[in-house]
Amino acid sequence: MINDTIAAIATALNDSGIGIIRISGDDSIKIADKIFVNKEKEHVLLSFLSHTIHYGFIVDNDEIIDEVMISIMKAPNSFTKENVVEINCHGGVLICKKVLEIVLKNGARLSEPGEFTKRAFLNGRIDLSEAEAVMDLISSKSNSSLKNSLKILSGKLYNKIKSIRESLLYEIAFIESALDDPEHFSLEGYGDNLADKINGINSQLDSLIESFSRGKFVKEGISTVIVGKPNVGKSSLLNLLTRQEKAIVTDIAGTTRDVIETSVVFHDILLNLVDTAGIRETDDVVENIGVSRAKKFAMDADLILFMLDSSKELSDDDKEIISLIQDKQVIVLLNKSDLGSVLSKETILPYFGNQIEVIPFSALSGDGEEILGNLINNMFFSGNISADDELMITKERQANELSFAKNSLSLVIDSINNCLPEDFFSIDLLNAYQALGRIIGEEVDDDVVDEIFSKFCMGK
Amino acid sequence: MSDITLNKLEEYVDICVVGAGHAGCEAALACARLGFNTVVFTVSVDSIALMPCNPNIGGSSKGHLVRELDALGGEMGKNIDKTFIQSKMLNVSKGPAVHSLRAQADKSDYTRSMRYTMENQDNLTIKQAEICKLIVEDNVVKGLMTGTGTTYYCKAVVLCTGTYLKARCLCGESITHTGPGGLSAANSLSEALREIGIKLRRFKTGTPARMDKRSIDFSKMEPQYGDERIVPFSFSTDPDSVQKEQVCCYLTYTNEKTHEIIRGNLDRSPIYAGIIEGTGPRYCPSIEDKVVRFADKERHQVFIEPEGLYTNEMYIGGMSSSLPEDVQLKMYRTVPGLENCKIVRNAYAIEYDCLEPNQLKASLEFKEINGLFSAGQFNGSSGYEEAAAQGLIAGINASMYLKGKEPLVLDRSEAYIGVLIDDLVTKDNREPYRMMTSRAEYRLLLRQDNADLRLRKFGHEVGLVSDDDYNKTLLKEEMIAKEVERLKSSPVGASKETQEFLRKHESSELRTASTLAELLCRPELSYDDLKEIDSDRETLPNDVIEQVCITIRYEGYIERQLSQVKAFKKMEKRLIPDEIDYDQVSSLRLEARQKLKQFKPVSVGQASRISGVTPADVSVLLVYIDAYNKSKGKIDE
Repeated sequence: MINDTIAAIATALNDSGIGIIRISGDDSIKIADKIFVNKEKEHVLLSFLSHTIHYGFIVDNDEIIDEVMISIMKAPNSFTKENVVEINCHGGVLICKKVLEIVLKNGARLSEPGEFTKRAFLNGRIDLSEAEAVMDLISSKSNSSLKNSLKILSGKLYNKIKSIRESLLYEIAFIESALDDPEHFSLEGYGDNLADKINGINSQLDSLIESFSRGKFVKEGISTVIVGKPNVGKSSLLNLLTRQEKAIVTDIAGTTRDVIETSVVFHDILLNLVDTAGIRETDDVVENIGVSRAKKFAMDADLILFMLDSSKELSDDDKEIISLIQDKQVIVLLNKSDLGSVLSKETILPYFGNQIEVIPFSALSGDGEEILGNLINNMFFSGNISADDELMITKERQANELSFAKNSLSLVIDSINNCLPEDFFSIDLLNAYQALGRIIGEEVDDDVVDEIFSKFCMGK
Repeated sequence: MSDITLNKLEEYVDICVVGAGHAGCEAALACARLGFNTVVFTVSVDSIALMPCNPNIGGSSKGHLVRELDALGGEMGKNIDKTFIQSKMLNVSKGPAVHSLRAQADKSDYTRSMRYTMENQDNLTIKQAEICKLIVEDNVVKGLMTGTGTTYYCKAVVLCTGTYLKARCLCGESITHTGPGGLSAANSLSEALREIGIKLRRFKTGTPARMDKRSIDFSKMEPQYGDERIVPFSFSTDPDSVQKEQVCCYLTYTNEKTHEIIRGNLDRSPIYAGIIEGTGPRYCPSIEDKVVRFADKERHQVFIEPEGLYTNEMYIGGMSSSLPEDVQLKMYRTVPGLENCKIVRNAYAIEYDCLEPNQLKASLEFKEINGLFSAGQFNGSSGYEEAAAQGLIAGINASMYLKGKEPLVLDRSEAYIGVLIDDLVTKDNREPYRMMTSRAEYRLLLRQDNADLRLRKFGHEVGLVSDDDYNKTLLKEEMIAKEVERLKSSPVGASKETQEFLRKHESSELRTASTLAELLCRPELSYDDLKEIDSDRETLPNDVIEQVCITIRYEGYIERQLSQVKAFKKMEKRLIPDEIDYDQVSSLRLEARQKLKQFKPVSVGQASRISGVTPADVSVLLVYIDAYNKSKGKIDE
């Protein structure tokens, strides 16, 4: 609604290092004050005059996040004619995003596409003659936002959100059926039942939220496992990756003796290569342990590089590995592509339900290495960490909605624990359902009523 | 019909109401009570306020409608209080928002009592006649004409034709062109309405068989009793006056054998054979629908309910059907307790013409014809309560129209009635619309227990609620506020006496000082219990105590809904100019533009609820309206 406080990253996100977070609305100064301190660690923003700029730090519960310049423009002398705060961050794209997160956490709402301009217009800041342009901006921005939204979601992610929504809808409809037709549907013992289901859904949401937080991948690296039969060229790949390295960060002995983690920077991306020692061993010792290795590490890895010898048909071992890594982020490398190949993208695709990245590769010559770099970038940073700010914002919006959904479901659990009657459950269930719908661009409309009629036999 | 109008009667009245079902009765009574000379037309005076289907009033969310209607000054609540034979508050184990009253009616007593009220209402004339034509000049309604050629000139007309327009009843291969219960259908009005540009469509509904009580073996069924302490529907009814002996209803079940018979005869059902063209409601499916659509369900509930005290007819709830008579009998006789049943009236499906309600404003006046209103099943709803609620609003607004006053439009945050009408006029309903609690997004606020607190003021303002009744509500409001305040500001120390009291009620002991209100929030402590540590409190009426408890216990949730309502109201207040040309708003997506042109919403809020209009479209619309108003020199809000 108009007058609530909105925020967004106002500059293109790129490597320039400086990004501006813009906040607009009644509470923007109050919100900024909560997260800004001066050199003396004091919250002093409220005392600043309009149209002044100040040096200080953004903090998140006392932890300093970034060194910033912050400017204040009080209503009505601002772009939107509302209180506006702009935070100039210096720490690069991820920090910029982190600052936005903190702003949102403290009471602002992520702006809708074109919303700053819309407010500027509605508050009389923009000339009437520009109304047309404002409307076009809003509709084109929301179109591209929706397109981006769907672009970001892989088929798997999309289906996962869809299936979570379906199960939420079913529960809502069940509760509502029982309220509308208490003589046909009983809610005896339903609360416990629902709590179990919600806990299940919440852990799914957790992993979804995790997959959205690319910050983790940049800061901590992408845990990567190379799998494949012996002798397909895993160690050559490893050598290639480590040759590329700008710095080997550490050699960490893992929880078990043979887990060695090597961190390399490959095409500006931090990869934590797990079990590199294992790979070295197995290529030397001809021993069929590829499968057991895959099993062990595929579970925890963020990324699996699956190497195949493209000069040979798929073996049973290959197929077994495939079955193990179905649900993971996988890139298939058709190695030895310089030797003439029997395997191709087309032959691999069906084994992965037609959704898999396959690239021809030569670990020896380094062919395909550029493509691999781009692909990892695409998978984990939706294209490019720095280039496409719209995609970035969209993704932020999605992550936001996921957290909202999760919080709503936690409220349901609270209601169950507090023995509130069942009709209170559906309020928050519906909120979660709507939030997830916004991610995949679906309206709610008469979903609940339709579901009631299609799944539950109403009386009379 | 002859064109010769010589020697025909001409009458002059204020308002004509067409139909005397539940909508028509409320509309007619409201108009007459507001001082207008009103005529209500019915195809049969004996069928005033007829209940041709289920023998009850209320039920989940429908009970809310009746309470609201009563708070506004309607009649249904009072009438069922006089004529019920069993009463039950549903959902008492659930939250207060979904508690809902339902009463079994003595059907003939209900009808008789309503007719008596109508017959004795000043300013109201009942006329048995079929209406064949509306007189509309320059988009203003001027009167109507009966089948016998009499013309009634009037300033407003309320159409409440129910299921009678071009009605046909289907029972297997047998088709009769009648309204419900064999009453004659109204066959000419549909065409006359089309001629003046009104768009109609065809809906379908159905009703189960009625059986002779003596042929039913109740020992094989589970008895269903009413509540021990009966709560009346009407806020004006003295609760003590409705405590009386109640009848019993019964529950039994269908079984695999029943389903087998149905499946084996589906080809003889007019729906599955494709004879029925109307769209039927999903919420009240025929038993054949249930068996087909919920094939894995082993049994369906069947409620056996008396139709009245002075009849042996029993209503077989849950088994409506349009199968042929012989199949019906076979199928019913598989149900435990119905093995030897004798059917008094067969189950049947009924098809009828009704309105595409997006032609209506939220006041229930036609957008294109001034002074013409409509209500009830004609508007595409289903159910007595839905009909009555609309009838009351249409009646009030026909009166407001004559008075030159603003219509009474309740919004979605004020009443279920608001939700009902908003859904009807803004949504693309493809089946008869039934009220459901899930349709009300602010239902924590729209409780049946506070309908008087929400709506009495509107009823009083339009003139249907007396000063006396209104003052009672004001007094109640004041007592509630005072008591809530008192409980919140009454400290409770961790004294020995308090801890003992808490231990006794298995409630955890206090570690710091608390208040009576905080203790009341504990589910294990009731207001009654608290008297022990709150001994000198005033004795308050039960309905006040109820409100106090709800207000305190659900405060957090209620506040959350109130803040949602604030946002909602803001968009409702953003009005869309009548003359808006959506084709000029090029940034709207094509689908949104088409839908907006079709529904012509009055506010941005209403526009946002039309399916196919996205939030981005709403933003575009906001900007456009703002620019438009500015260019016209109007100031928004």
